[in-house]
Amino acid sequence: MNRMGWGSTAFAAMAFAASVALAASGADAIKERRALMKENGEATKAVVGMLKGAPFDLAAVQKALKTYENAAAKMPGLFPADSEKGDTHALPAVWTDTADFDARFKKFGADSAAALTAITDDASFKANMPGVLKNCGGCHEKFRAKDN
Amino acid sequence: MRIALAVVAVIAAASAAAIWLFTAPRPLDPETARAVSTPGDAKAGRIVFFLAGCDSCHTSPGQDDPLRLGGGQELKTPFGSFYPPNISPDRADGIGAWSAADFAGALLAGVSPAGRHLYPAFPYPSYSRMSEKDVRDLWAFMQTTPPVAGRAPPDSLSFPFSIRRAVGFWKLLYFPERMPRLADPSGAEARGRYLVEGPGHCGECHTPRSFLGGPIAARALTGAPLPEGKGKSPDITAKGLADWSEDDVAYALSTGFTPTGDSLGGPMAAVVRNLAQVPKEDLAAIAHFLKTFKPDG
Repeated sequence: MNRMGWGSTAFAAMAFAASVALAASGADAIKERRALMKENGEATKAVVGMLKGAPFDLAAVQKALKTYENAAAKMPGLFPADSEKGDTHALPAVWTDTADFDARFKKFGADSAAALTAITDDASFKANMPGVLKNCGGCHEKFRAKDN
Repeated sequence: MRIALAVVAVIAAASAAAIWLFTAPRPLDPETARAVSTPGDAKAGRIVFFLAGCDSCHTSPGQDDPLRLGGGQELKTPFGSFYPPNISPDRADGIGAWSAADFAGALLAGVSPAGRHLYPAFPYPSYSRMSEKDVRDLWAFMQTTPPVAGRAPPDSLSFPFSIRRAVGFWKLLYFPERMPRLADPSGAEARGRYLVEGPGHCGECHTPRSFLGGPIAARALTGAPLPEGKGKSPDITAKGLADWSEDDVAYALSTGFTPTGDSLGGPMAAVVRNLAQVPKEDLAAIAHFLKTFKPDG
């Protein structure tokens, strides 16, 4: 077999391997970001319960804020180009308006960190938490479309 | 032969005339026009404004003030793109030169001051159920918003939806007369229905539509694909909200947070911002109505 033949076979194999790897990374990113958002939701469920009148629990609030910070730091990196299609509720705006998308997570992370220091009791919780939670709806408005 | 041709011609002309007559815009009745023309209460109208969510479609793009109503935000639908108009009190570009009766004609009859059909992307089939008092109060409040100069781009619709007169056919099918209004929308029980079906216009997104864009009453409020393409509005009937308490519904409407810790998004995020401005009793009335609503009776 001549060198050209081997070369193109090798190239095809590499291209195939690369496409498989890309497909895996897109699907993995979707899985990972959905897991992070699920954690956010569970954390929020407890926090909203307290805002509705359940007894204040500082440890649970701090855990929630750390969950938000962690998600906010990781989320912007979990939207590679090949993760627009698939089992995801992400809207195309994530990829067409990436600067805004990333900036919102940065603000969400910073707000969560600030609230973590500011919240020490029920009163400071009621004063500071709604501001952090406002970030959720703004992002879901522009970047998510659920099909429930 | 000549007689046959003449008969065909007469029939064709008569049909054309009939179609033209049947699709003619019907102006608001004079009695209602008079009733809405007495002065309203702007403070009460502010609440009507947020219940009706006028800002969701009519605010100027690229800014956050819900009361800058310059219009021009693109509304994508399967029929093409609508650009909601300027409804600020600007005399040249907005509705500052309108009368209260003009305003009521648009809101309740879907007819412009020039006597033309308005497209039902403007949810007048719902607004048509509004009380005369709410229309008066809303009109009074509209005068307090700042005038904004500039007009929205013209709508960009695909054929045959681009023929405005064809809205007359749509109205024959889905908007034959003024919608029935509740005699007294003030009682707690009736208030919820009034808010949901009237100013709140929940069904415009939550009720599925036929291919002609008419609501399917038998499936009212059971959820529907969103007009912009991706996503779906959820079932908000007693069945869809089975796991929610009335308090959960009222809380979600004003904060966005669901019992599972999710935050409402898409077009509902703007609705939540608006409903954060209305009295708790109204949210409770909406919640009560939805939690007991079954589309088939």
